[in-house]
Amino acid sequence: MTNEALIAAIDKIGAEAETRQGAQYVETFVPFAKMHVFMKHLKEDENLSFDYLICVSGVDHADHMQMVYHLESTKHNHMMVVKVKTDGRETPAIDSVTDIWPTAEFHEREAFDLLGIHFINHPDLRRMFLDDNWGHPLRKDYKDDIHIVSR
Amino acid sequence: MDELREVMITTDEIKTDEYLINMGPQHPSTHGVLRLLVQLEGEIVHNVQPHIGYIHSGIEKMAESLSYPQIGHLTDRMDYLSAHQNNEAVALCVENALQVEVPDRVKYIRTIMSELSRLASHQLWWCVMGMDMGALTTFFYGLRDREDILDIFEETCGARLTVNYSIPGGLMFDIHPNFQRDVKAFIKKFKTKLPEYDRLLSGNVIFTERTKGVGFLSKEDAIAYGVTGPTGRASGFACDLRKHRPYSAYDKVNFKEILSDVGDTYARYQVRMAEMWESMSIIEQLIDNIPEGDYAVKMKGVVKLPEGEFYQRVETARGEFGVFIVSDGKKNPYRVKFRSPGFSNLFAINHIAKGWKIADLVAIMSTFDLVIPDIDR
Repeated sequence: MTNEALIAAIDKIGAEAETRQGAQYVETFVPFAKMHVFMKHLKEDENLSFDYLICVSGVDHADHMQMVYHLESTKHNHMMVVKVKTDGRETPAIDSVTDIWPTAEFHEREAFDLLGIHFINHPDLRRMFLDDNWGHPLRKDYKDDIHIVSR
Repeated sequence: MDELREVMITTDEIKTDEYLINMGPQHPSTHGVLRLLVQLEGEIVHNVQPHIGYIHSGIEKMAESLSYPQIGHLTDRMDYLSAHQNNEAVALCVENALQVEVPDRVKYIRTIMSELSRLASHQLWWCVMGMDMGALTTFFYGLRDREDILDIFEETCGARLTVNYSIPGGLMFDIHPNFQRDVKAFIKKFKTKLPEYDRLLSGNVIFTERTKGVGFLSKEDAIAYGVTGPTGRASGFACDLRKHRPYSAYDKVNFKEILSDVGDTYARYQVRMAEMWESMSIIEQLIDNIPEGDYAVKMKGVVKLPEGEFYQRVETARGEFGVFIVSDGKKNPYRVKFRSPGFSNLFAINHIAKGWKIADLVAIMSTFDLVIPDIDR
């Protein structure tokens, strides 16, 4: 499928998603409320069938958090990126996609640990690398007076 | 006799309480500081929970305060057996973002080094796998041959494990004058040694009994859990990025993507063994044809990426390694995420090991070829 056809197929899902051709891959921005429905379509639609979730990354932007999902279809061999802004920055929450792609469970736990993003309906949301009383180090306002020397 | 049979039948039906044991963080078969919390009934595994983070070093956080050429040096320390491929991923990501085209010479040398690195990694995996199964001899065989590759690395890069060879824009140094001679000598030698590996372990009755038909992973589950590399390919998941999304000089060579549709522990073993032959074939196709030219393009003193988000995937010895860079136009990245193959692979272990015995768990773990710093980052 060409990228134009892929964009057209994604646009058919609706869900207030905005799709465009990015620098490398097709990129889609979805509002967090519609995100779970949208992701389910991506997996189950015959023409799209994005069955392989490559990477889940959380990014702390100054006023919001963003989750970035890199997806690939092993059947059609196309790739796309889904970007979801969370609601607010202090206690961000977003739907878990563990029920769609099991691998998301662990990537989401990592994002919870390092960025403090909560995942709704996650089966087992625990810290992954760090202690429970540790902060969330990948947040931009994270301060560690002992270990990080600011110059 | 009937009485005895009665006793045997009743002992079969005895149920014991479930109990938890910690496998690791010091267990030798976890190859590092990985703790598996195993829920057992008798010998049967009911649940495996990996606990990681013992050597979490915050590489992603550190990368935010470093410049792009410096980040490459951290990636060596993650998967130290695929150090070169990790370097290459960062280098390719930065080059793609800046739209720098590196000379063919760089591409060829990177591909050769990647394959040497893969060979060294698979050799170490093979010898450690044998050791997990109780065959100490394999350890000496594997390390003996791996030494030759490390010597080649040392001569060209100055380091044996953390090679730091690929940098944004090309290579750190040109190849050593003896590089081609040494690589060819190594390939010639290793072609006679690899059949020895098969004679020693592949047909061994104890080994095959413990691996054949043990620990199945279906293709659907491999895709769903994001299990890549030889582990995923043994389940029939065609995930070789060298083939499907070629980078460097992989589009210039002929090689087979090794796939198996069995998906058991022995299939994972066989896929890696076959991959070693393919790696040697790739090196042989390239080693005499390294084009003349520069070993690096001139980059600016301070590398600044344009604003945006960049992703690069490469195939390491363990599977798909991804670098995700978010840049805000400054000399250091806004956010870096490393998608490490071991991380995704490890968490499929609960799915695979359920219902098998604890001794099988050791066999399954060893075919996953885990490197813990790669998982913990």
